[in-house]
Amino acid sequence: MKIETNYPNTWCPGCGNFGVLESMKRAIKELGQNNVVLVSDIGCNSKIVDYLNVSSINSLHGRPIPTASGIKIANPELKVIVFTGDGGSLNEGVSHLIHAAKKNTDITVIMHNNRLFALTTGQYTAVSPKGFKGKSTPYGSIEEPLNPLELMKASKASFIGRTYSPKIDYTKDMIVEAVNHKGFSFVEILQPCPSFFDTFKFYNERVYEAPRDEKLINEWDYINESKIPLGVFYKKERPTYEDEV
Amino acid sequence: MKKDYSILVGGQAGQGSRKAGLIIAKIFNCMGYNVFIHDDYQSLIKGGHNFSQIRASQKEYLTHRKKADFILALDNKTIEKHKVILDKGGTIISGERSCEIVKELNGSRIMGNIAMIAIFSKMIGIDWKMLSSILKKEISRDIEKNLEIAKKAYDETKELFKIEKLKDKANPLLTGNEAIALGAIDAGLDIYSAYPMTPATSILHYLAEKRKTIASQAENEISAIQSIIGSAYAGKRSMTGTSGGGFALMTEAISFASIAEIPILVVNSQRAGPASGVPTYSAQSDLLFTINSGHGDIARFVASPGDANEAYNLSGKLLNLAWKYQTPAILLADKELSESTYEFYPKKNKKEKELLWNKKGDYKRYEITKNGISPLAYPGQTVVKSTSYEHDEYGYTVEDEQSIVAMQDKRLRKFKEMEKEIDKIEAIKVYGNKKSDKAIICWGSTKGAVKEVAENLGLKVIQVLFLQPLPINQIKKQLKGVNKLISVECNSTGQLSILLSQYGIKVDKQILRYDMRPFTPEDLEIKLKKL
Repeated sequence: MKIETNYPNTWCPGCGNFGVLESMKRAIKELGQNNVVLVSDIGCNSKIVDYLNVSSINSLHGRPIPTASGIKIANPELKVIVFTGDGGSLNEGVSHLIHAAKKNTDITVIMHNNRLFALTTGQYTAVSPKGFKGKSTPYGSIEEPLNPLELMKASKASFIGRTYSPKIDYTKDMIVEAVNHKGFSFVEILQPCPSFFDTFKFYNERVYEAPRDEKLINEWDYINESKIPLGVFYKKERPTYEDEV
Repeated sequence: MKKDYSILVGGQAGQGSRKAGLIIAKIFNCMGYNVFIHDDYQSLIKGGHNFSQIRASQKEYLTHRKKADFILALDNKTIEKHKVILDKGGTIISGERSCEIVKELNGSRIMGNIAMIAIFSKMIGIDWKMLSSILKKEISRDIEKNLEIAKKAYDETKELFKIEKLKDKANPLLTGNEAIALGAIDAGLDIYSAYPMTPATSILHYLAEKRKTIASQAENEISAIQSIIGSAYAGKRSMTGTSGGGFALMTEAISFASIAEIPILVVNSQRAGPASGVPTYSAQSDLLFTINSGHGDIARFVASPGDANEAYNLSGKLLNLAWKYQTPAILLADKELSESTYEFYPKKNKKEKELLWNKKGDYKRYEITKNGISPLAYPGQTVVKSTSYEHDEYGYTVEDEQSIVAMQDKRLRKFKEMEKEIDKIEAIKVYGNKKSDKAIICWGSTKGAVKEVAENLGLKVIQVLFLQPLPINQIKKQLKGVNKLISVECNSTGQLSILLSQYGIKVDKQILRYDMRPFTPEDLEIKLKKL
């Protein structure tokens, strides 16, 4: 069975999501097509479900995580993967992200982080840098960004990783590892948006593949211009929600 | 001899007046009486004033009386507050002696309710054997001490009269919420997810205790409904429950379930609104909101039970209909139904099979069919693509005109089928004098008082069970020969009348109550006689 669909792709040329799509196709080959279920949010990232020939449900904005939790509890055999953006999971649906991590529900959340709302033509999110000029903040955002990995650590996520969309196989490996991890997995994919916030150059100069060390979660705080570590920073099994129910 | 008793038992929160009410109801039930309990409590945990009103009668009544034959006062406030409703020849039992007995025997304060039950039981001539066996079943802690207290209170009290034992067999007593839960379980419920909100919370408590489903508490109402959408997509029968405020949060997901054609059952147990309103009191003011819940051109099944037996039937019925038509279904309850206790006649809902994919060829989740219903498959069996976006037959997002219209038309055909279904089932009930040219129309728990009064006054009653699709053919048939139509509702705007007017049915007079207390037969009778 083909992994891609014939559905026309509507992402902008050069979109960081293409890298994620390619990584995902390769990951599905390893994970198997039958038992994977994708659950998506609303936003550019979430169009990915139309491009992959596996079971999927495109949920509402901010709500893919509880939808995914419901699928997992209904059929624990399924490998449930959520696609969401920084806007969906850190703005609209942040309560669900925190609680799913706390419950250690056995799903994988892949957060495409372009650091803005793109499909609504460019507004700041919880991870946009202070001073970000978007259509709702023409004079610059006045809020400081939060560090989603730190939030996930505090929320007791049992798998926390960060990758960068052009790194196809590196990302594929991290997704496979996250899905195979028993428990709640959070994978942030830094994903530049060439139309509204082109960060390719910024990331290319800073990202590096780092060893597993949870202290690295705080190396880059989304404000400073330090090096940006990639890797699985935290991974520790504990009983999952589905096991305990 | 009189065979319709009304007993009020009241006290502070924490004094066990509700438990006392339940035990008294069980005593009457064992004596062959039909029983009903109305519970009134405040939004607080200790102190304040709570009371239960028990109706015990030979005939089945589904509401409490305004007047009381006995007032069992665990505190003085109960006497102050309720002495005005004491019926002629009635008795007030003050809590002083109960308190003394508890102190004399070194019991804890809450045991005053057991002393009170024993005093009352002796007064009405219940024998000790029956009383003690009920107490043993109903008391969970310190049984010996409680029985010692009960025995002393019983022995020192004088019998006033001997209540007649009736022949009816005792049936289980269930609250409306318990009946909702049981009805859904019997129709195949697998999963329940909810966030606590009065007066729906006890559904979650009951299911969590029973462990016959996966019952879990979500971080908020949005999460609860989204997770049951996920569970239903994966093939499990799923339900959530809440009250008005939580239901408001769920409405975007109702729209999602409609376009994605995912079967879910949502219980909206109304309480007094708007907003936080009066949290522990009853209302029927979410009718129009519920039948219009969710954005876009959508339809849902909405049904409202009038007592626990109907609650059982309708929760099972709605769960089956949700799966037959792959659509959201809403059970519209109210505090008075959810938390009142009724005599329950055991019956058996059954899980009716949904339309499944025949496993031939490519699976199209949204296959265009004549009746608008597409066969179901679940992830793990094949590629199943579901979505909140408008979509083609396979479930891929579309934006072109033809595809949009084709899919909306498919759903509209399904909505038509839902209307036809309503014509085939018992979607209304009729009581009272069916030949009367005066009819009362009502819905939900108001049925209890309406039915009782209409039977006394020789009026006809039409109780609307399904509010969407509205069983307009059944209603119109019953309106033939009626020249005066009166609506009775617990809201201030006459929402059922507004709904009926959309179908050209004119309600001549409205009787509305919106002090957030349910109608009692006495009040309603006075109002009806004035019309």
